[in-house]
Amino acid sequence: MRASNDAIAKGLFLSCAGASAIITSAVFFFMIVLGFPLFEGASFVSIWTGKWSPYEGLYGIGPMIAGTLWIAFLAVIISLPLSMGTSFVITGLGGVRLRKILFAMVRFMTGIPTVIYGFVGIFLLVPLIREYLGGAGMSILAAGIVLAILVTPTMVLFFSHSLMAVNPSHVEAARALGADRVQRLLYVMVPEAIGGMTTGLILSLGRAIGDTLVALMLAGNALGMPEQPLDPARSLTAHIALVKAADYDSLEFRSVFACGIALYFFTTAAVIVVRIIGRKREGMA
Amino acid sequence: MKRLPVILIALIFTFFCLTSIGLSEAIDDFVGKKGTIKIAGGTAHIPVMKEAAKRIMTRHNNIMITVAGGGSGVGIKQVGEGIVDIGNSGREPKPEEMERYGLKMHKWAIDGVGLVVNPANPVKALTADQAQDIFSGKITNWEILGGAEHSITLYTRDESSGTREVFWKKALNKGSISPKALFVPSNGAMKTAVANDPYAIGYVSVGHMDKSVSPVALDGVAPTLKTVKSGEYKIARGLYSNTKGDPKGITRLFIDYLFSPEGQQIAADKGFVPVK
Repeated sequence: MRASNDAIAKGLFLSCAGASAIITSAVFFFMIVLGFPLFEGASFVSIWTGKWSPYEGLYGIGPMIAGTLWIAFLAVIISLPLSMGTSFVITGLGGVRLRKILFAMVRFMTGIPTVIYGFVGIFLLVPLIREYLGGAGMSILAAGIVLAILVTPTMVLFFSHSLMAVNPSHVEAARALGADRVQRLLYVMVPEAIGGMTTGLILSLGRAIGDTLVALMLAGNALGMPEQPLDPARSLTAHIALVKAADYDSLEFRSVFACGIALYFFTTAAVIVVRIIGRKREGMA
Repeated sequence: MKRLPVILIALIFTFFCLTSIGLSEAIDDFVGKKGTIKIAGGTAHIPVMKEAAKRIMTRHNNIMITVAGGGSGVGIKQVGEGIVDIGNSGREPKPEEMERYGLKMHKWAIDGVGLVVNPANPVKALTADQAQDIFSGKITNWEILGGAEHSITLYTRDESSGTREVFWKKALNKGSISPKALFVPSNGAMKTAVANDPYAIGYVSVGHMDKSVSPVALDGVAPTLKTVKSGEYKIARGLYSNTKGDPKGITRLFIDYLFSPEGQQIAADKGFVPVK
């Protein structure tokens, strides 16, 4: 009786795992098949690097790939020091009270819908950038800053959890040797938690790459190749949102699948990096 | 002499009967009907759709009407795929779209598309050549046009927008649009963007213009309901509500309502030129 129950459970979970694996690969396959007409009409390289100009028959998504990378990396670069500081205060430097308040706030922030951040960005941040830094206001910088605020809670939670998972006896040993709070944090906790923290960093980058609304509302969605943070740019996700209205059979619409493949590629790359780090950590322990 | 009052009363009576029939006819056809009408697409249409939906739904509790945006491309696609009952577009569906989906179009109003700038901007008139140079990126500063010494922020719409299509064809003469132009996804978003950016220029449906933005005369003609109606302002297009095949049931009643005197009055009130 017990054995057959186990077998049933095993079969059930195996089929669940199998189904999700099949769906994931099916989506990838589906994007290649549906995007195929696009690859027939132009060279493979020009799709990924070329410019977007439907009236000239050019359906390259180069500027969108650049836009996505600019916005996502800028967001993570802004968010990283913020998150490190916050998680250090939460896990070691701050008092119990401050820690509780901060943690509750960060948790609350993860629940705020993206569109709220987008609106705050449009009405507060964009005019400020336009007045004081110049340009159109809607820019990589605007989207990057708001996206940084958006991914910070995720990053803080990851950082804090990995810092809290540090073996307490190591921390106590350091304390016995006379290390103060900052020393314990920098020489014991951070080195031990660095793997988990890197995972958090990469997953936040993945979230920044995948976010649609902030870029759509704040980056300006222009088609030119972005060259500096004050330039407007269009992210891959915003491009999908804008082009989805085109006729299904048009090559314009097909470019949605090229964008999907690019996003898929970025996510896969991020996951692979996370896995490599995980394996290294296992090797160390 | 004695008969006159009787005739007069009879006349007045008939007059009232006729007018009341004429006024309430279309909206009362919904009596006893039940169901949901889903509408999506063109963002220029939204004010009229919402007002019509509100009036019908307050009179008839069993009718549910949902109005969504998305743009002309979305409207045509969704009605063709059977996702919505009515797909609005600010352009005629392309012949291949009409054929593939078997669409029927119903043009219930004419709408102008005009340039708008922020109310703080002193520039209130441009020539068509200047407009083309601004959008192609040849003119990049307001100073040359009599405005502030500041770069121009261009706002445009995505390729499937009906508003963009008519503006690009008739005002820009199919000229290029600078890669620096910022994209917004609807007429409403265009208005918000221009209202919040003192150096912006964009284009919206005349029906969407209000005090938050300031219209720009093109070649001496201001884009207003009046000039669109008289034909003096040339950048205009029809507003279409498309159905898959001939409309049936309450969808037909809704289309009929748009063409009724009351429906046409709503269109006029919202800043469009009625077709009847």
